Amino acid sequence: MTLVKISDDALALAGGADKLAKAFEDKGCEVHRTSSWGMQWLEPMVEIDGKGFGPATLDDVDAILDGSSDKGIGVIEEHPFIARQQRLTFARAGKTRPTSIDDYEDTGGWQAWKRVRTMEPAAVIEEVLASGLRGRGGAGFPTGIKWKTVAEAKSDRKYIVVNADEGDSGTFADRMLMEGDPYQLIEGMAIAAYAVGAQTAYIYTRSEYPHAIAKMEEAIRRAEPIIAPLHMEVRMGAGAYVCGEETSLLNSLEGKRGEVRAKPPLPALEGFMGKPTVVNNVLTIAAIPHILAEGGAEEYARLGVDRSKGTMPIQLAGNIKHGGLFEVAFGLPLGELVNEIGGGTFTGKPVKAVQVGGPLGAYIHPDQFDLVFGYEEFAAADALIGHAGITVFDESVDMGEMARFAMEFCAAESCGKCTPCRIGAVRGVEVIDRIRTGGRQRDILELRPQMHNTTKDKGREAAEEVGLLTDLCETMKFGSLCALGGFTPYPVMSALKHWPQDFFGESEVPAEMAD
Amino acid sequence: MSDKSQRIGEIIAAHAHEEGPLLPILHDIQHEFGCVDAETEEMLAKGLNLTRADIHGVVSFYHDYTPEADPRPVVQICRAEACKANGVEQLMGAAEAAAGGRVKLSTVYCLGLCSAGPAARTGDDLHIRLDEKAITKLIENV
Repeated sequence: MTLVKISDDALALAGGADKLAKAFEDKGCEVHRTSSWGMQWLEPMVEIDGKGFGPATLDDVDAILDGSSDKGIGVIEEHPFIARQQRLTFARAGKTRPTSIDDYEDTGGWQAWKRVRTMEPAAVIEEVLASGLRGRGGAGFPTGIKWKTVAEAKSDRKYIVVNADEGDSGTFADRMLMEGDPYQLIEGMAIAAYAVGAQTAYIYTRSEYPHAIAKMEEAIRRAEPIIAPLHMEVRMGAGAYVCGEETSLLNSLEGKRGEVRAKPPLPALEGFMGKPTVVNNVLTIAAIPHILAEGGAEEYARLGVDRSKGTMPIQLAGNIKHGGLFEVAFGLPLGELVNEIGGGTFTGKPVKAVQVGGPLGAYIHPDQFDLVFGYEEFAAADALIGHAGITVFDESVDMGEMARFAMEFCAAESCGKCTPCRIGAVRGVEVIDRIRTGGRQRDILELRPQMHNTTKDKGREAAEEVGLLTDLCETMKFGSLCALGGFTPYPVMSALKHWPQDFFGESEVPAEMAD
Repeated sequence: MSDKSQRIGEIIAAHAHEEGPLLPILHDIQHEFGCVDAETEEMLAKGLNLTRADIHGVVSFYHDYTPEADPRPVVQICRAEACKANGVEQLMGAAEAAAGGRVKLSTVYCLGLCSAGPAARTGDDLHIRLDEKAITKLIENV
């Protein structure tokens, strides 16, 4: 009987993978529902004897089975998109059935967990430190130091909280990992709990990810005897983007409004319910089983550049020909990721801009494509890698509109705690609108003689509004409590800097902004 | 005691052992009654020994909880950056025309299908690579 592998990842399901699987079953094939290889432009992809066919529709079933299909891509592991990757966190992607605990064990699962329990907790943390692993949620804080802080805190109760509130547009690695390899996340959480002495672990994820929630819950049920006495639970958010910020997430988990907390106190000392808490991203925790395997930490530390160690699951998204998940050591130039690996735009038009790091990440011009993928390298270019989502735009995008959307998004999703974000974002939308419509006339109040600081003979020109927008962005950047208000200026100011013609119209760009 | 208050009492009891149970409780209520209305807020306040202001503050903070039930079917359309890059904004005219007053269109920011947008969600079903024809058909059939 022919063994057919078809993914049950949400993206494959959206492409009709269930019907496709049924069609192959009806033809007498044995169908395994595996995780996704991450070659998303080929989903739903059909795998037979290691060879891939996609994107497959019901009309392709017969041709695939009799060998006459023109949708073959050859041996999947030899495809350049896969062959060029260094998959550690996504080593099982495409190969195992997500909730099969046997598949997990057969592919090296639980080995780190077994090894760790023969070690002292402090030695576990030493290995995490030695690996150079940094938080994959965006901030890039060294994971070992966070764990050490929690381990050394004195408390009767401690918690592990996995941040799976992956709200950034252009990112889907957390979703793919939870849907594709849930036991790896569970193993990582168990190791973290052992290292810091936590009794309970929560996964806080989004209500937009129903498939990931179902898979995680099933996996937790099955893994219960292995990780006991650790208690593990999935909690679902309620549609608030800001809850991806760690302190806001903790409030939400406690059943409160998802408002950001001021730091200090650090969550590592006063986190969930005021107790010491490790808050780590899904990808951070999922990297742990590899690092804690024999010799894993050294291997991890050898990869990458400078202070960005190990691999990063990069997500290629938006208007891109070959979109999907590309895990590779830090250090690739951005242009290579977009043009060579991603194949440029899906529409075939030239790339106009890419946004790295979600809605709060800077828009990067193709002139900067030699930028090397790493935390410090991006920071030096006034950009951020965030959760490593890369969203590609072709020349049809209006960057003025995208800058306006960044402010609009911040206004819609602000938790309301601090003024620069809550009010600044609303004002930001208004200022950008005024820039795009050529400034504004003085209003009746400004024309009063008492308002002696305003010029009365003319309105405020677009160029002056730019000064106002720059000031506003400075205030948001330095005055906001968290990254939502603090980083919204990145997309706004980078769009204004590189594409001023999209704000003013081609002929009206002020001389000082034209380059 | 009304049926509703009895049912809400049961939901609270089912989550009594959890730490910070309010969001799971509200999810169950929203799922069962289609909204979390003022009457429910009062029942919850009583049941959880919180003030109604505490409950209302939480209910009004999150997009997933609504004060009134809407009988219309819902289509969630992602309008975040990655779907914008794939032209979701150009589909909205056709989507609104197809929806009319019968279907509720709601905006979500990201369904995690960012390389295959524009994307939409109906219930637990996901839809990718939408064009004008596909989104019209999707909305008409929901």
